Amino acid sequence: MSAAQAIQSINDFVVKFANVNGSGSASANELFARAIIRMGVPVAPRNIFPSNIQGLPTWYEVRVTGEGWLGARGGCDMMVAMNPQTWDRDVAAIDPGGYLFYDCTKPMPRSKFRDDITVLGVPLTAMCNAEYSDARQRQLFKNVMYVGALVALLDIDFEATEKLIADRYRGKDKLIDANINALRLGYDYAKKHLPCPIGLRVERSDKVGDWIFIDGNSACGLGAVYGGATVAGWYPITPSTSVIEAFASYCRKYRTDPDNGHARYAIVQAEDELASIGMVIGAAWNGARSFTATSGPGISLMQEFFGLAYFAEIPAVIFDVQRGSPSTGMPTRTQQSDLLACAYASHGDTRHVLLFPEDPYECFTLGAQAFDLADRLQTPVFVLLDLDIGMNERLCKPFDWDDERRYDRGKLMTYEDLEAGKNFGRYLDVDGDGIPYRTIPATHPTKGAYFTRGTTRNAYAKYSETGADYIYNMERLRRKFDTAKDLVPSPIVQKSSQPTRIGAIYYGSTGPAMAEAHALLEADGVHIDIMRVRAFPFCDEVMQFIADHDFVFVVEQNESAQLRTLLINEGEIDPKRLVRVLHYDGSPITARFIATRITEAASERKISPIRKVAP
Amino acid sequence: MTYLAKPRLLTADAPRNALGYTRRDYEGAISTLCAGCGHDSISAAIVQACFDLDIEPHRVAKLSGIGCSSKTPDYFLGNSHGFNSVHGRMPSVLTGAALANRNLIYLGVSGDGDSASIGIGQFAHAMRRGVNMTYIVENNGVYGLTKGQFSATADKGSKSKRGVVNSDSPIDLVTLALQLGASYVGRSFSGDKEQLVPLIKGALRHNGPAFIDVISPCVTFNNHAGSTKSYDYVREHNEAVNRVEVILPRDKIETSYPPGSLRRVVQHDGSILHLRKLAEDYDPSDRIGAINYLQGRQALGEIVTGLLYVDSSALDMHSHLNTVEKPLNQLGDAYLCPGSKVLEALNTSLR
Ligand SMILES: Cc1ncc(C[n+]2csc(CCOP(=O)(O)OP(=O)(O)O)c2C)c(N)n1
Ligand code: SF4
Ligand SMILES: [Mg+2]
Repeated sequence: MSAAQAIQSINDFVVKFANVNGSGSASANELFARAIIRMGVPVAPRNIFPSNIQGLPTWYEVRVTGEGWLGARGGCDMMVAMNPQTWDRDVAAIDPGGYLFYDCTKPMPRSKFRDDITVLGVPLTAMCNAEYSDARQRQLFKNVMYVGALVALLDIDFEATEKLIADRYRGKDKLIDANINALRLGYDYAKKHLPCPIGLRVERSDKVGDWIFIDGNSACGLGAVYGGATVAGWYPITPSTSVIEAFASYCRKYRTDPDNGHARYAIVQAEDELASIGMVIGAAWNGARSFTATSGPGISLMQEFFGLAYFAEIPAVIFDVQRGSPSTGMPTRTQQSDLLACAYASHGDTRHVLLFPEDPYECFTLGAQAFDLADRLQTPVFVLLDLDIGMNERLCKPFDWDDERRYDRGKLMTYEDLEAGKNFGRYLDVDGDGIPYRTIPATHPTKGAYFTRGTTRNAYAKYSETGADYIYNMERLRRKFDTAKDLVPSPIVQKSSQPTRIGAIYYGSTGPAMAEAHALLEADGVHIDIMRVRAFPFCDEVMQFIADHDFVFVVEQNESAQLRTLLINEGEIDPKRLVRVLHYDGSPITARFIATRITEAASERKISPIRKVAP
Repeated sequence: MTYLAKPRLLTADAPRNALGYTRRDYEGAISTLCAGCGHDSISAAIVQACFDLDIEPHRVAKLSGIGCSSKTPDYFLGNSHGFNSVHGRMPSVLTGAALANRNLIYLGVSGDGDSASIGIGQFAHAMRRGVNMTYIVENNGVYGLTKGQFSATADKGSKSKRGVVNSDSPIDLVTLALQLGASYVGRSFSGDKEQLVPLIKGALRHNGPAFIDVISPCVTFNNHAGSTKSYDYVREHNEAVNRVEVILPRDKIETSYPPGSLRRVVQHDGSILHLRKLAEDYDPSDRIGAINYLQGRQALGEIVTGLLYVDSSALDMHSHLNTVEKPLNQLGDAYLCPGSKVLEALNTSLR
């Protein structure tokens, strides 16, 4: 292939690593991504992994994006093909003019390659066998070695990479030396035998700034620590498990009593999700901030308890890291398909507060805020993220915290209030906002005790089957939900450069792809205003936004257009005005996908000017 | 429902406990259960036990599932917070409550359907975890509230009111509790107040999971001939292995028994259990022996009652978790929030 056809791009390309699950490649691949970040160039990496522990193929996709577009891009400019099992499909996946990097220890027949790509071979196995005698070392350092070669090929700063290794293994000098040695071996080989640099290159930039690199689940765990959570009940399920793992590890660090090593938190692995949410509700009833983390199947199991917490008005925080569904679905793929199951969880007339973080920064802030909202509203609050946000490291704004901020424990009737003779009706709407006062068990020896139940009761928590009591309560709950509108985070609007009658609404992990699509469409003369909703109940601005546009695309990652359904149902919107843009194959949505769909739909609706967006 | 409301009049000479409370201060709302229901006797026993132990009612959290039995927490300890949760899931709610505040007394009340049928999983795991609680199952062998279907504790061969013979094997919650690590296990009969009240008192003063299976006849659906949970049947087959007396540290009285017939157990909190032997060969400190004994006697059709097992050195869930002494629900912002400085350092490590 002539060099002219080879893809040439600085700071804008996708490198994909094809590995075998359990081969230790993850940390080497992450090293690659971080090395580029250290050069000030944003990257957006994503894991594509199977639902097993060892042996099956995994991929790690690094989008190098000088512009800072953090959504998935699609396509592949360079394949690092380290898995013989998936060789054929990996080679086929490379964009024309792209690059194939492989271990050339064993000769391969010509038919195994393509004519329209550049092939770059390094005899990794042979080099490792020569250097190391231990089988595990051969495997691990082979990974670091290919990173070394890529550093040379893509013109990544070798010293920055070295420093990264030193930072990572600080205090373990032997490991630092061994890793840098492997890195250098790969680097030197590529420099000597391959045409470095190739057409894809990383050039120093200042686009990363002070941003941090962390996965959403860790940020949720940290948010729970800052939000004051003390009790976590949980049951392992992909992709939510690492929320609890992170909470545990931050708690060990920041919540261990310095004097005696006692824990200022309690984490219990329950026997199932019924028990985990039961513990959360019990703890919250007793005045501790508590939460669980789960995914779709767990949400299904917790339904009866959600109804209890809603009706008995007990705060609880649930992190739902959504995955491919229904049923066991695609456990290691991403989707936004629990929206309706959470919004109206449990039997009867229930509705729940949902928060939609876009990235790790919002996982932290909304995660912490969820505890204030749950206490203030005395109701379950769901933080709905998904695998794409939760299990991938993402560049995001640095976390911040105002030390003046105090936890909002909501309307608590205290010992002093009771002593002063305040009228305590557990389900009495004193302030007109639908939110009653509560007492924590043991507040007062003779006043303030009440009986919590899932059955209907009157405003003073006494069992009642009277219609009027029931209606009083239901109307109050409705009022309370309306109050929530003003408390939840408001939507974020990005206007088009020109006045337009078209809008788009989206949420959560669709954010980065939508922002990029917005720019693509603008450049192509398709003008739309976009709104990212951040919570349910929908604020009035959301309905106003829909009213202000002739029609609105609702962009989301599930098959049945759940956000659209929720908007129609809650806002009594004419369904014709909300146009579905749906992505649900388990991969994260891309800007290309959104821009293409919106362009097509807009042209059907004869919106001008219309030009095709480059695919 | 012929139950008559007791007038809430305080007679000047009503006995008062060390807190100055009378028994009435430990009562709750008027029961709505059927007259003669065993569950009401258990409520009365709980009232008596708390009164005798000078427990401040508001220091008790009473939790239950769903069923006639699970309604009862409304009928005792009116000054305690109560939580009538969902069917079969009281153990997890109680566990969470106990996590939030280690200093309260947790009383779980459940039925045989609630604990052995729908809730067997949660029952088992709460025992395993060592939750510090008193867990009472009011065992009538049927679902009272849904009108008399067999529960999982109904004996094989026992007959329903309509004449149906139960063909499923029963679950014995006492044996299960012993296997799963409960550190105080007893069985009693709602009709035997003398035995039941001290058993509950010992449980309330026990550190760790205390379980009491109380056979509590359902007069409406399971008190006929052919039932093995009727008043008559239980009276005939009741074999008590011991009698318990709870001595508090403040009590100076030493009861005298013939030598060799008394066993003294000092509990974690200093209270002393005096166990008067009724069965010569029974050793309540031997978990495996207890299981064997129970199985053997059950095969003979006996209902073994008494304090069947006690381990006064048991640790509870909070010890396993190494949680702070101060209840988690009372830790202020400063104890919980690491603050902005920590966050800045964390940000740096993430670059
Ligand atoms: C999820 C669920 N399923 C079924 C029921 C109906 N139900 C209410 S009480 C009960 C059985 C209670 O039996 P038990 O625990 O033995 O209590 P008892 O009434 O005998 O004291 C059932 C099946 C329910 N409340 N919730
Ligand atoms: S139905 Fe049975 S268990 Fe229920 S209250 Fe009546 S006697 Fe008691
Ligand atoms: Mg029953």
